[in-house]
Amino acid sequence: MGKVLMKGNEAIGEAAIRAGCLNYFAYPITPQSEVAEYLARRMPEVGGVFLQGESEVAVGYMIFGAAGCGARVFTTSSSPGISLMSEALSYITCAQCPAVFVNIMRGGPGLGGILPSQGDYFQATKGGGHGDYRLLVMAPASVQEAVEMVMAAFPLAEKYRNPVMILGDGLIGQMMEPVAFPEDLLSEPANKDDWATTGIGNRSGDTPNVVKSLFLDPVQLNNHNLLLKAKYDRMRRDEVRYEAYNMDGDYRVLIVSYGTMSRVCRTAIDSLKEEGLEVAMIRPQTLFPFPEKAIREAAGKEGCRLAVSIEMSMGQMVEDVERSIQGRCPVEWYGKCGGEVPTPEEIVDVVRSMLQK
Amino acid sequence: MGKTFTRPEALKDQHTHYCPGCTHGVIHRLVAEVIDELGIRGRTVGIAPVGCAVLAYNYFNVDFQEAAHGRAPAMATGIKRVRPDLMVFTYQGDGDLASIGMGEIIHAANRGEKFTTIFVNNAVYGMTGGQMAPTTMPDQRTTTSPFGRDVQDVGMPVKMAELLAALQTPAYITRQSVIKPKYINRAKKAIHKAFSYQMEGRCFSFVEVVSTCPTNWGMTPLDAIEWTENTLLSYYQLGDYKTPEPREEA
Amino acid sequence: MQSEVMFAGFGGQGILLSAKILAYTAMEAGYEVVWIPSYGPEMRGGTAYCMVIMGDRPIGSPIVKNPLHLVAMNRPSLEKFAPVVKPGGVVLINSSLIPIRSGRDDVDEIAIPVNEIAIEAGSVRSANIVALAAFVARSGILPVDDLRESVKKEFARKAKLIPLNMDAIDRGVQAAEAG
Repeated sequence: MGKVLMKGNEAIGEAAIRAGCLNYFAYPITPQSEVAEYLARRMPEVGGVFLQGESEVAVGYMIFGAAGCGARVFTTSSSPGISLMSEALSYITCAQCPAVFVNIMRGGPGLGGILPSQGDYFQATKGGGHGDYRLLVMAPASVQEAVEMVMAAFPLAEKYRNPVMILGDGLIGQMMEPVAFPEDLLSEPANKDDWATTGIGNRSGDTPNVVKSLFLDPVQLNNHNLLLKAKYDRMRRDEVRYEAYNMDGDYRVLIVSYGTMSRVCRTAIDSLKEEGLEVAMIRPQTLFPFPEKAIREAAGKEGCRLAVSIEMSMGQMVEDVERSIQGRCPVEWYGKCGGEVPTPEEIVDVVRSMLQK
Repeated sequence: MGKTFTRPEALKDQHTHYCPGCTHGVIHRLVAEVIDELGIRGRTVGIAPVGCAVLAYNYFNVDFQEAAHGRAPAMATGIKRVRPDLMVFTYQGDGDLASIGMGEIIHAANRGEKFTTIFVNNAVYGMTGGQMAPTTMPDQRTTTSPFGRDVQDVGMPVKMAELLAALQTPAYITRQSVIKPKYINRAKKAIHKAFSYQMEGRCFSFVEVVSTCPTNWGMTPLDAIEWTENTLLSYYQLGDYKTPEPREEA
Repeated sequence: MQSEVMFAGFGGQGILLSAKILAYTAMEAGYEVVWIPSYGPEMRGGTAYCMVIMGDRPIGSPIVKNPLHLVAMNRPSLEKFAPVVKPGGVVLINSSLIPIRSGRDDVDEIAIPVNEIAIEAGSVRSANIVALAAFVARSGILPVDDLRESVKKEFARKAKLIPLNMDAIDRGVQAAEAG
């Protein structure tokens, strides 16, 4: 399979097409506008749908409409835009429609900045809109992984009838790396005749399908939430993905880091190894469900004195790390946000000084 | 003796939750009759708004999706773009469409999305309990304009049909009412036309229906009809505001 | 083994493109590679810079404080990045626009009047290709012939520009050898 050199944003657009998703609605926002620019040319070539909506609010509901009538559909945005789409995400999740949302995070809060950040961790993993819901959240650390996660996201969204979010940072969108599009990740859209508004006459039976999120009866609403919770529990059981780095031998420190930040940590771990300090890393590939068990076990290993959550945010993932470790070792946080990505040298110093404390 | 009442196939056999004197039921029926007449029930998708008609899917015997407040035109856009074969209509009130959903309706109309909007204008928020709407008349009292709508403070009522007709994109834009049989007949024709334009893939179609809300107006149904005819219809004038150019014969 | 090349200059000098061509050449030669642009307000008339990291193992951090090499197309770029280049790296200075030098004695500094050479080749717009070719020749980071193939592919849709760019490569290489 030949590799092509592609910018993350363009590769994400192409990956959706290669996964069998030919419907895209979006609104421009830096640093991910190249996805829309790419698909504005590419969708007509493959007979797909491209539409630039009037706002992220509207785009959220274009996605809802298209997903509700059974189509495979996705959008891409960046942090402030995802905030605006979060209303629709709440509705879509309640109405149990599959869709894929890509967030190429930039610095926040507010208008923030346009440089890489991971400040939307809470928003993505705890349900950014109102009500009790979760998204299945995957965090790529390379352009190739972004491609594979986007391609895997569509069947996962259909399996759970729940939106899937790809949470990348600005660097994932902006950088170019060689990529291949695995042909085995092309999937057939699931049959949705049992619930989607495909038109009564286009399927067997004569019962209208209704895609809705209103449950005025409190018992019904509670039951519906229990049904959603059961799905999230299934995700926790079946969909956890993570990568372990330098965990074969003994180690004194466990780093938990994801996305671009984890690559910086990998380089720092290599440097520390040369100096004789063994540091292991768990890189969550799914942020929800979170690899709680793997982190707990890794932190509990004899000789591990410290766990550090290293993130481009002001201490968000560290809460999940603490929750996972349950006191088996001390947990520290290090991070920066606003666009400056910590360097490997910085991480080396941080780990050393934390150990000396 | 012949049948005196039949229910359109596109309506379910359901008791109404709408108030006495409310015209939603009439408008539901007109839309359902048109769906039957055009034979499109099997490929129609309605979008319910937030407002009294949020439960429209309890009455219509077609596929339905339920929108967030004001977002129905964006949802309809999503459906129509990915499934142009489906016949899509939004059913929206004046708080939903003319206030929180102003952006979505204008842009959908301006893109010329090929769906139909039924816009029920009764000059007040219904389901939330009679608050002021963008369409509330000058000096009209509502729960949030207890001394009457002060146009110096909150501006004049919005005329949606005129506003949308000002867009350059071709469309079918009309204002009708259903408070008396003569209006109902005209409204039915307009709704038929609106769905026909959609079937032909011609243009966006928009039928504003000036309606009543006796409960929130604090009137009897009869007084409500009279107030509608005398006050609302003199401000919200009925008629076609825009029609697409006749098709050139091939 | 990993090499990092920082390309820096004004927006509009073709910084991102020459970095992309180098990244593409590295990929075709079987290396792992990452191309990381600066993006945002800098794009608009200010300084543009772009890092290419290539190596024989998967690239870890895309953030590199000390690149191995620098291709500086204007003065602010040289001033900003010359102090952080690793000892032993190549520092290529576009002497058409930069009257100063790096002030480093532990790097392989080479000053080339890139703009003038590009004008001789037929267009000042090929300055980025002249600089890229000179850098590749001087550093030996990749074979110059591989670079030629990449440039041909990059300009495949604007084939009439290929002879100009081939000429620019030749002149860049000559300048590097003379320097």
